[in-house]
Amino acid sequence: MKQFVFLVRRDLNLAFRQGMDSLLVVVFFIIAVVLFPFGVGPEPGTLARIAAGVIWVAALLSTMLSLERLFQIDYDDGSLELLALSSLPLEVTVLAKVTAHWITSGLPLIVAAPVLAVLMQMDSDGFMVLIVALLLGTPSLSLIGAIGAALILGSRRGGVLLSLLVLPLYIPVLIFGVSAVDGAIGGYEFKAQLLILGGFFIGTLALAPWAGAGGLRQALE
Amino acid sequence: MADLHRFANPTRFLKLAGIIQPWALAVFLLSITVGLYMAFFTAPADYQQGESARIMYVHVPAAWMAMFCYTVMAVASAVSLIWKHPLADVSARATAPIGAAFTFLSLATGSLWGKPMWGTWWVWDARLTSVLVLLFLYIGYMALQGAFDDRVRAAKASAILALVGFVNVPIIKFSVDWWNTLHQPASVIKMGGSSIHPSMLWPLLIMAIAFKAYYVWVLMVRMRQELVANKVRILRLKQVHGG
Amino acid sequence: MFEGKELTCIRGERLVFTGLNFSVQAGGALVLVGPNGAGKSSLLRMMAGLLKPASGKLLWNDGLALDDLDEHAENLHYVGHHDAVKSVLSVLENVRFWAGVRGGDVSEKNILSALDVFDAKHLADVPGRFLSAGQKRRVNLARIIAAPAPLWLLDEPTTALDRASIALLDSAIRKHREGGGIVVLSTHADINIEAATVLDISDFALRREIQGAA
Repeated sequence: MKQFVFLVRRDLNLAFRQGMDSLLVVVFFIIAVVLFPFGVGPEPGTLARIAAGVIWVAALLSTMLSLERLFQIDYDDGSLELLALSSLPLEVTVLAKVTAHWITSGLPLIVAAPVLAVLMQMDSDGFMVLIVALLLGTPSLSLIGAIGAALILGSRRGGVLLSLLVLPLYIPVLIFGVSAVDGAIGGYEFKAQLLILGGFFIGTLALAPWAGAGGLRQALE
Repeated sequence: MADLHRFANPTRFLKLAGIIQPWALAVFLLSITVGLYMAFFTAPADYQQGESARIMYVHVPAAWMAMFCYTVMAVASAVSLIWKHPLADVSARATAPIGAAFTFLSLATGSLWGKPMWGTWWVWDARLTSVLVLLFLYIGYMALQGAFDDRVRAAKASAILALVGFVNVPIIKFSVDWWNTLHQPASVIKMGGSSIHPSMLWPLLIMAIAFKAYYVWVLMVRMRQELVANKVRILRLKQVHGG
Repeated sequence: MFEGKELTCIRGERLVFTGLNFSVQAGGALVLVGPNGAGKSSLLRMMAGLLKPASGKLLWNDGLALDDLDEHAENLHYVGHHDAVKSVLSVLENVRFWAGVRGGDVSEKNILSALDVFDAKHLADVPGRFLSAGQKRRVNLARIIAAPAPLWLLDEPTTALDRASIALLDSAIRKHREGGGIVVLSTHADINIEAATVLDISDFALRREIQGAA
């Protein structure tokens, strides 16, 4: 546990020193959402209708952007093999890196989301649920993404390939994330969707580090 | 030396494949002829959808095969990861494009069927949508296979992906079903089940057999080809490294 | 004692070596030689547990080393081709991190004295991005001093090092062996290791006639 925290802090420290990276992800998130009014027109009713979906899709895409670098840098400079040779199980290392990834790229999205919800004319009934749904959903995105990020190490055309592998797997999070928010706005049931998001998170928490470590092991051979 | 099976010539498999291949082809040709004849001439037209319902005899078995091939791929991947049997790799790799082709066939026929039935080429029907996602999973798998210079690396990475995808398929299916009922209740036409009339069931089953036989046939062709290509590559490597 | 028995390595689809045996006593050193592609790096990675042997076993003090890779990893230090020096962290922070991951002593005093072994103490505050290849290698080597482990696996450790630094490495290895440590290294014969066993890996490539018959 001590080493886990140690590892998370190192990744946070690295991300912090490289500053721009996680900032750019948020900026991408904002720009992606802001493009929609230009695409569908500024009519408030239309925007409010698609707000939750747009914010979620943009969140998915921004998460993708930062995932490629999750293991790549450590892989290129030899740190990854040394991490694999530490006494820490590789599964825990994966979990630590995912945690740091979520803090540096998932959390900023959640902070930015309410602002974007305002821009998209979303009904204020949806704000709290949007934040809760993102809190429950984005860790799953980082976890599933880590499997993809491990698998593409050392391949040609990394980034595009990664989105091809990971985006289809994100569909459940998208469906329930959007529907929870829409449910809250429309005055329907939304607890079930949040519970499913939470369940999905627990499921990926149990499986993804294991699959990610498997991916890293074969990449290091 | 038992562990050198990657270098071992899979003679026994090749011999077996040589026997299976013509039989599979024969079964395929026979059953596709009978199946198509029955589908077009003996099966009754659907009382609601008319003649266009006959596309079902291609569409439904293709969708079954799409799922079947993905399952085969996942099982073969598990075998290759756990027991490191080289033939498992080869069969998973050979199955992927066949499965993708069936998935595409199922989508294309579904779309053709949709035009007369729903008046549009595409509806976000739960079945069609799930199959579309399945096609993406196939494409991702094949893209990962092709992204590495090292064949062993490619096999391991895509085996993990196939398993992760396999775990996810039911979850995606569940989400899409749920999403679909939320967005367009009652527009989905439920089909199949035990209520289907035998005159429609028989051609369906025979077509399913035809597709399975076709799969086995193409699988044998592709695996033999793959094994020969492996040999060539190993010879090249020997040339380079002087063995 | 560190032993390998009947090790076989397959890289990609190529058989690199087979039937390889080695044995190093505490305080011993094993020098791997052989032409490019003979498998020196592969053997070192195999010893580290990064690469699974296609057959054969590794023994650490008569216990099967590959049964518990995490435990095996605690007994060894591996220096590969890359130096794992982060460009945004200072030299001190870099070494401190690797010592900390091993649960080692992360006090500044310990890290500085480790750096001093390779004459890199004056670099302590310099960020990794300003280092030359040779300085990075010295920082990487300081890492293995900072958190001690009995087995050193060094893959061409002298790459990018000048004559003076090689001498420092030489004495560090001598000191490590005097304390009962084991060193396995691959090299192009530019380092002078006393009383070392030399293992020519190309001896274990599968003979052409056997391969032809397979």
